[in-house]
Amino acid sequence: MEKTIYNAVCTICGCCCDDLEVKVGDGKIVEVKNACAISLSKFQNYNSEERIIKPMIKKNGEFKECSFKEAAEKASMILAEAEYPLIYGLSLTSTEAIGKAVELAEVLGGVIDNTTSVCHGPSLIGVHDIGVVTCTLGEIKNRADLIIYWASNPVFSHPRHLARYTIFSKGKFRKERKERKLIVVDVRKTATAKLADIFIQAIPNQDYELLSALRMAVKGEEIYLDEVAGVPVNKIEELADLMISCEFGVLFFGLGLTMSLGKSRNIDAALSLVRDLNEKTKFLIMPMRGHYNVTGANEVIAWQTGYPFAVDFSQGYPKYNPGETTTIELLTRGECDAALIIGSDPAAHFPVSAVKHLMKIPVITIDPHKNATTLISNVVIPTAITGIEVEGTVYRMDGVPLECKKLVEPPLGLKSDEEILTEILANVKKLKG
Amino acid sequence: MKVKLITGRSLQQGVGKETGKFSIEYFNNVAICELDPSDMETLNISPGENVVVKTKFGEVILKAVKSMQAPHKGVIFIPYGPWANLVTDPETHGSGMPNFKGIEAEVSPAKEEKILTLKEVLEKISGGK
Ligand code: SF4
Repeated sequence: MEKTIYNAVCTICGCCCDDLEVKVGDGKIVEVKNACAISLSKFQNYNSEERIIKPMIKKNGEFKECSFKEAAEKASMILAEAEYPLIYGLSLTSTEAIGKAVELAEVLGGVIDNTTSVCHGPSLIGVHDIGVVTCTLGEIKNRADLIIYWASNPVFSHPRHLARYTIFSKGKFRKERKERKLIVVDVRKTATAKLADIFIQAIPNQDYELLSALRMAVKGEEIYLDEVAGVPVNKIEELADLMISCEFGVLFFGLGLTMSLGKSRNIDAALSLVRDLNEKTKFLIMPMRGHYNVTGANEVIAWQTGYPFAVDFSQGYPKYNPGETTTIELLTRGECDAALIIGSDPAAHFPVSAVKHLMKIPVITIDPHKNATTLISNVVIPTAITGIEVEGTVYRMDGVPLECKKLVEPPLGLKSDEEILTEILANVKKLKG
Repeated sequence: MKVKLITGRSLQQGVGKETGKFSIEYFNNVAICELDPSDMETLNISPGENVVVKTKFGEVILKAVKSMQAPHKGVIFIPYGPWANLVTDPETHGSGMPNFKGIEAEVSPAKEEKILTLKEVLEKISGGK
């Protein structure tokens, strides 16, 4: 029997598109409408040969299949015995699972960090310093007449962002492309830049200078230079005029600001620019959050501990000090003695110095698929996929929570991240007495 | 040739990672280095030939790809992934965030060299176990 599930949420990027139409026949997904290329690839391949079905424990360098109970017991033992374990990942799972992970970190006296650490961590640090003027994507769709993507290439990273929320979206008050202006600032002429009305090409690592020059121009101060970050000053002034004269502007920024020299200081400058602009017009700013529930990880960890990422429980209370309690530093300094990775592949995405330490300590990975990190793990626990095989709450990049649906049954016996973490938590509580 | 290295997301990287981390798509879409066409000319490299990218932190062999997002003379791009991270800068300046973009690098032809598989990359990091 075939059925169509409407308004399913795509669990890949921070757009969390909630308009997928999924046709299911014989317990399998047979067709998906409204999905982008990345989403289609996920639906076509989520059950390929890279799917893990059986839990595994490594013995003498070789993986041996085992039962869920055994894997959970082994994982619990490793974590309970560790002095300073790290729990990391959490942006590709449900809000409910993240809540369990926080409780586990507290019981263990370890550190809980999410992938924010290596994506928009500097953005959150910037927000602590300056504050943020923001809104929902719905308001942008309905009202924005000036869209800026700064150091972000959504055509590649968030393929439907432009069609659902910005220049190609049909809003209540702005209906057509010609009613909106698009400005792109980047170091390359990206696919998104090619769609822009104005493209500003900046020199890498000089965003802080460019943002500061724009702030000066917005304030009407004179810039005593010919160019800043490779951009002629008259172009900067033109840009400032455009920003001041719009009715409802928004600046979306990507990892080009957080990963380049300056880091959170670049964000300070961008947030300050938008704050300044609000003296003259309506302007908002929003980070282009990458994974579908990285925002949720920040929300949950912040409700429960007061801090959005990199929270250390080793003193018996939550402590937050990015640079000290963030994963890259913890690993590079060789401090953690065990790691639990949930829905992330740090072995593929961390610099060598951090991966080297991960290879020296016992690692437990909870993930539906094989990846670089499962290869170097000691315990691998496969799991059902949130948004396909289990439901759960996720937070879109603008902080709007959405309910993901269950579309099909998971392969035999696979549990959700939440269930697995609940079991590990119960075991650890017993072991710790 | 001295260049600035940017690592980042690409559509093909996104499609490749969803296909599977050990898939040929992921390897073909991620173990690459996008160069500005004029830089390729200067280096005398044709698309599909291998290059070596060296930074203070390591080196990696990758397939040269003519950038579709040019011009960006003096800037090379490697999609996020294990190959890129053989050469990224772990310095966080106390922020938690390594330098994944704007890293000083050197790129040169390496037509005869072989690109490591994902497994080989991990072996190289672990010190050849
Ligand atoms: S834009 Fe993002 S959330 Fe929307 S369908 Fe594509 S991958 Fe999924």
